[in-house]
Amino acid sequence: MMLYKLSYANIKKSMKDYAIYFFTLILGVAIFYVFNALDSQTVMMDVSKSTVELIDLMMTILSSVSVFVSFVLGFLIIYASRFLIKRRNKEFGIYLTLGMSKRKISLILFFETLFIGILSLIVGLGVGVIMSQIMSLVVANMFEANLTKFAFVFSTSACIKTIIYFSIMYLLVMIFNTYSVSKCKLIDLLNGAKTSEKIKLKNPYLCIIIFILSSIVLGKAYHMVTAEFLTLQKVTDILKPIIMGVVATFFIFWSLSGLILRIVQSLKKYYYKGLNSFTLRQFSSKINTTVFGATIICLMLFVTICLLSSCLTMKNSMNANIRKFAPVDAMFTQNMNMDKYYDDYLRYGYNDSQIKNSHYTAKEMFELFNFDITSYFKDYIEVNTYATEDLTMNHTLGSKLDSIRTEFPFLAYDTKEPIMKISDYNKVARFYGIQEYALNSDEYIIIADFKSMVNVRNIALENGEVIELFGHTLKPKYKTCQDGFLEMSSQHINTGIILVADNIVDEEYLFQNHLIGNYKTTNKKEIMKIENNINKLDEDLKASVYLLPSGSTKLAIKEATTGLSAMVTFIGLYLGVIFLISSAAILGLKELSESSDNKERFKMLRKIGADEKVINKALLRQILIFFTLPLIIALIHSVFGIMFAVKILEVFGTDELLPSIIATAIFIVIIYGGYFLITYYCSKNIIKERY
Amino acid sequence: MEDILKVDNIEKYYGSRSSLTKALDNISFVVKKGEFLCFMGASGSGKTTLLNCISTIDKVTAGHIFVGEVDITKLKGNELNKFRREELGFVFQDFNLLDTLTAYENIALALSIQNANVKDMETKIKQVSEELGITNVLNKYPYQMSGGEKQRVASARAIVTNPKLVLADEPTGALDSKSSKMLLERFNYLNELGATILMVTHDAFTASYANRVIFIKDGKIFKEIHKGQDTRKEFFNKIIDVVTLLGGNLNDAL
Repeated sequence: MMLYKLSYANIKKSMKDYAIYFFTLILGVAIFYVFNALDSQTVMMDVSKSTVELIDLMMTILSSVSVFVSFVLGFLIIYASRFLIKRRNKEFGIYLTLGMSKRKISLILFFETLFIGILSLIVGLGVGVIMSQIMSLVVANMFEANLTKFAFVFSTSACIKTIIYFSIMYLLVMIFNTYSVSKCKLIDLLNGAKTSEKIKLKNPYLCIIIFILSSIVLGKAYHMVTAEFLTLQKVTDILKPIIMGVVATFFIFWSLSGLILRIVQSLKKYYYKGLNSFTLRQFSSKINTTVFGATIICLMLFVTICLLSSCLTMKNSMNANIRKFAPVDAMFTQNMNMDKYYDDYLRYGYNDSQIKNSHYTAKEMFELFNFDITSYFKDYIEVNTYATEDLTMNHTLGSKLDSIRTEFPFLAYDTKEPIMKISDYNKVARFYGIQEYALNSDEYIIIADFKSMVNVRNIALENGEVIELFGHTLKPKYKTCQDGFLEMSSQHINTGIILVADNIVDEEYLFQNHLIGNYKTTNKKEIMKIENNINKLDEDLKASVYLLPSGSTKLAIKEATTGLSAMVTFIGLYLGVIFLISSAAILGLKELSESSDNKERFKMLRKIGADEKVINKALLRQILIFFTLPLIIALIHSVFGIMFAVKILEVFGTDELLPSIIATAIFIVIIYGGYFLITYYCSKNIIKERY
Repeated sequence: MEDILKVDNIEKYYGSRSSLTKALDNISFVVKKGEFLCFMGASGSGKTTLLNCISTIDKVTAGHIFVGEVDITKLKGNELNKFRREELGFVFQDFNLLDTLTAYENIALALSIQNANVKDMETKIKQVSEELGITNVLNKYPYQMSGGEKQRVASARAIVTNPKLVLADEPTGALDSKSSKMLLERFNYLNELGATILMVTHDAFTASYANRVIFIKDGKIFKEIHKGQDTRKEFFNKIIDVVTLLGGNLNDAL
């Protein structure tokens, strides 16, 4: 009972030290709950079956992310508790001299962890439940679903999961605490506070050399992920620059800790002004011992920044892409003249009659199934694409083929290139509201927007490769691929369409017919009904004899995309928030405990007559440097990290990068800045003089 | 000689109405420029409270303290800080050096808080460290120095700003006898150079280095003796006599 009382009193007493830790734990629990309870929000939304499937997939991914998150939080909790124990060495020393056994001290710690654990779980879950009500609005917005009814949701499964995960974490902390108590010696405990840290100044020349070396390594790593991006073939290739970056970051902090002081010391005018010498010494005495921590925090910040900005870019770009690449309601594509390549189609899984009966356009085919598709359309167009074995990438790349083939061995060089009449394409372009083109009968244009393919094709176009088509020789009108597309999609996926003059095209080679249209109705429910009816045609017996046109509709694309973008956003937010609060909490905790150590120092400064204003300024600077240094290095890392991410996310389009970076910045300023302010005000309170 | 410090009927009470402790009870005295004054008394006699009131670290309940023409009991907030950094120099029993700074930087800090000119700093610190015999430890950290060296560095920090008053609270309390003697001889030397020193101690040997000793008992002035033309040894014996008179309450007097 006495032990129980002691631990309770201890927690109450050290609330000032614990506050930021406790606050972070609550946030951690709340966030853990919110993201694991995301699926429960969908009950009050009106969503289609495919969206439900997507949400299920998202939850599966989020729960594996949760495992990772619990590792990060576990690390934070163990780090923080180790730290808080260290600060209480003297107290434990007194217990030991009074004859308390180490087992009992462990028991005190056990009770404390238990108290904090239970309290943070209860409060955290409470906050989490409230937060998830707000989150449901975000989820609804993300899936563009209507909130059918607003209901108070509580996810029992998420709640149980949170409790289990955090219980395991706290259990680990308890084991860890017991271990560290059993290892300590009485003499160290009692003298712990008195033995002031020995200040070893590092050899400045060694620091400079290490600094330069790590900068070079870092530069090389930056270069590898940006300029040498194309040489990264395998996933494992990326490990090398990552390891280089991590090691270099560590040594940069190591050398900086020695260098900054030396540099400023040589600026005598600045160094001996006000409390500058004090602030700097304080800072460098701490960074000496916290190089490792600073490295971890810097890397976590780096990951947060990259993760958030690329996830937001992906989400924003995907949503913008839908507007751009799915400009109309529906497109139905009908394979034609399939018997021309009978064996190929048979291999692809079409049956004999489907292949033989392939001389109908999409519209005709629908009519064959007694379905008057055009009656649902407000307006529509029909266009054709052509293809021939005589025009594959082998031909369009011409003399550049061999050099390109060695660089990109895995491209499908034997695929027949789709060909379109210029008038057909312009019809589509007008319908989509995109750029139209004109050309002479001896010219061709390549329309493409998939960046890596564009790059490959541009090599040939630059060289002015001529092509032979239907007995005509055509030269490229432009030296580069032109922007445009035919297939509706959610991304830049047009690898290339050859536009030629109408009069040279041989109708023999008709390959596909496309029916593109806008529905009369704009009501989502009615559109869903129409598309359901179209899907039902598959059940018609005729479907095994006649091949139905394949459709891609705006609605379907949208659902697939919103699911993916929601997934990406939530994962990004989840990891980002956890990383950010963990690193900010470690910094805050460290600074706060330093402040209690520094209390005596500040008291002394007051005695020799330093103004309150000057003292607060010194404190502010000290904390500011400590918070910003890892951030600055993380920002430098992030510039290259984002450049790398941009290359990976190329297919999604990266036009929305700037707003995402701004959003990320705001996010970081609020959370990281919030922790900074809390730390500063708490520290100020700690060092305040009390009469 | 002009009056540098005038303490006028000060009182200091601790505690609430039900359990009132008079730490200082109606104390008055005057300190002239260039004096080396020592307060003696047992633990709890109020001597440290007196010093704290003079140094504005603590506030008096009643009465006035004049340093020069200024009544420091009327000062507030940053005026207090300004007064402390410009008029006073402190030496504490436990040195109160900043462990993260070297000796040189510790001394420089007192100057840089006053926004002193960086150019003059070096000459000033050099001069004061020669006076106190600490030129060889200037680049060391506190943990690398002996207690005596630390206290002399602290003293250097106290006088480098040319304060009107140097206040020393049990400066020899944490020192061995050899270091104590060395420090006190330095104090005498500084005093001869013109510094006004106010020291608090319960140690008769330490007190014997002063020109004048004021004995305090239960918050009141018990007796005051002057060194006059006596040698240090004779003065020491006089102090011991008073200590005996005090009833051996100075339990740990030499």
